[in-house]
Amino acid sequence: MKKGKGMKFVGDSRISAERKSAIPKDYSEYPGRTEAFWPNFLLKEWLVGAVFLAGFLSLTLAHPAPLEGVADPTNGAYVPLPDWYFLFLYELLKYKFASSQYIIFGILVIPGLAFGGLLLAPFLDNGPGRRPHQRPIAVGMMLLGLAATMWLTYESASAVDWEARAEANKPIPASEVEIDTTDPGYAIYESNCMSCHGDSLEGSAAAPTLIGMEHSAEEIAQIAHDGIGSMPPGMFEGSDEELDQLVEFILSVNEQAAE
Amino acid sequence: MLQKIYDWIDDRVDITPIWRDIADHEVPEHVNPAHHFSAFVYCFGGLTFFVVVIQILSGMFLTMYYVPDIENAWKSVYYLQTQVAHGQIVRGMHHWGASVVIVMLLLHTLRVFFQGAYKKPRELNWMVGVLLFFVMLGLGFTGYLLPWDNKAYFATQVGLEIAEQVPFIGDYLKTLLAGSDHIVGAQTLTRFFAIHVFFLPGALFALLAVHFILIRRQGISGPL
Repeated sequence: MKKGKGMKFVGDSRISAERKSAIPKDYSEYPGRTEAFWPNFLLKEWLVGAVFLAGFLSLTLAHPAPLEGVADPTNGAYVPLPDWYFLFLYELLKYKFASSQYIIFGILVIPGLAFGGLLLAPFLDNGPGRRPHQRPIAVGMMLLGLAATMWLTYESASAVDWEARAEANKPIPASEVEIDTTDPGYAIYESNCMSCHGDSLEGSAAAPTLIGMEHSAEEIAQIAHDGIGSMPPGMFEGSDEELDQLVEFILSVNEQAAE
Repeated sequence: MLQKIYDWIDDRVDITPIWRDIADHEVPEHVNPAHHFSAFVYCFGGLTFFVVVIQILSGMFLTMYYVPDIENAWKSVYYLQTQVAHGQIVRGMHHWGASVVIVMLLLHTLRVFFQGAYKKPRELNWMVGVLLFFVMLGLGFTGYLLPWDNKAYFATQVGLEIAEQVPFIGDYLKTLLAGSDHIVGAQTLTRFFAIHVFFLPGALFALLAVHFILIRRQGISGPL
C-alpha cells in the first residue's frame, strides 16, 4: 500500500499522480477459496440476517416490552435497579472496598482500569503473536475481567425476584380510574383502608393496589376481616352493612378500571 | 433504463470507484462459514450492525408517538403500548434490541480480542470499536429513563448520584446530565431525550463510518 506524505496528487485533487489500476486488492496473501462479496456472499449474509430477524421477532412477540407505573418521586419504598448490562457495576458498589469512603475505587478506579485497559489493549499487548497462547497475560486479564463481570451480574440478578417485581409494578393508567368520593363506601374506605392502600386504591409501600385484583365480593369481605399475606386480621372495623358498601365500592372502581 | 440512469450519474460524479470501495471485493476463505463452519464468529460484527439498524428504524418510529415531557412521556408510551397498531411490536423491538445489541457487541469484541485481530495495523479500529461500545452503553443508560416509569426514574436517580461522586467535576457532570443539581425532573427528561436521540446517535454514526472505512481500507485480519 502506498502511504503517507510521499504521495503525489494531480493538482489539489485526491487523484494520485501515479496511475493505479482500480482493481481491488486481492487476497493472494491468504490463498484459498475466496468468494465475491457481491452478490454471492451478500446473499448468504442476507439469509443469516433473515434467520436472526425471525428469532428476534419471536422474542419480541413472546415477551412484550415491560412498562411499570408512571414515575412517582415520592415512592420511598421503590428499590431501584439498572438495566441488566449495568448490574455488574451496580453490584460492585456493594463491596466494602468499593463503597462509602472507598467509593472512588468503585466508580472510577476499578471500572476505569478495566475499560481503560480494554481501550488501550493493542498498546498493552503489543507483541507480534496473535494466538491466545502467545499472549497469556492479555488473555488471562480478559478472562478474569469477563469472569468477574459475569459473577457480579449473576450475584446481582439472582438476588431479585423478577416476577414478583414485575407483578408489583404493573402500570395503572391514572386517567382511567376516577374515584367517586361521594360514594358512601369511600368514607368507609377512607377510615379503614386508605392509610395502607392509598387515597385512590393505588397501593403503597405497605400494601398492594386494589385495582385489577381478581377477588370476588365474598373474598374481599373475608380479606377485610381476616387479612391476607402480610395484611393482619381485623383491619376492618365496622358493621356488616358498612362492609357491604365497602366491597361494592371497591368492585365498582375495579369495574370502571377494567373498561 | 437502469443502466442508462447509472451511466448518466456515473458520467457526472464517477460513482464506479465508490461502488468498488463498498461492494466489489473478495471474501477470503477463512472468514466464510460456507467453507469453515467455525467462521460463524465473523458474523457477530455484521449482526451487531444489523441490530443497530433495527434500533435506528424502530427508534425513528417510536418518536412518532413519544412525547419527551414528564406529564405525557409515560402516557404516550402506555398509549403506544396498548392502543397503537403494532406499537407493542415496534417498542418491543427497540427494548429487546437494546439488550441484544450489547450481547452481540460483547461477542464481536471477544472474537476480535481472542484472535488478536487488534494488533498492528488495526489498533485504531479497535479503539474506535471500544468507543462504539461506550456510546452504546450511553444510549442504553439515557434510553432507560425515557418511558418515565418508576424503574426509569429511580435507576436514573442512582446513576446521577454515582456521577455526582466523581471527584472535582461530579457536580458539574450531574448538572450537565440532569439540568439541575438536585432535581431529577422535566429538564432531566428533555436532556436525556436530546442525548439519546441526537448527540449519541451522531457520535455513533461518525464512529461507525470510521469503523467501516478502516475495515475496507485495511481488509479483514488474516487467519491465525
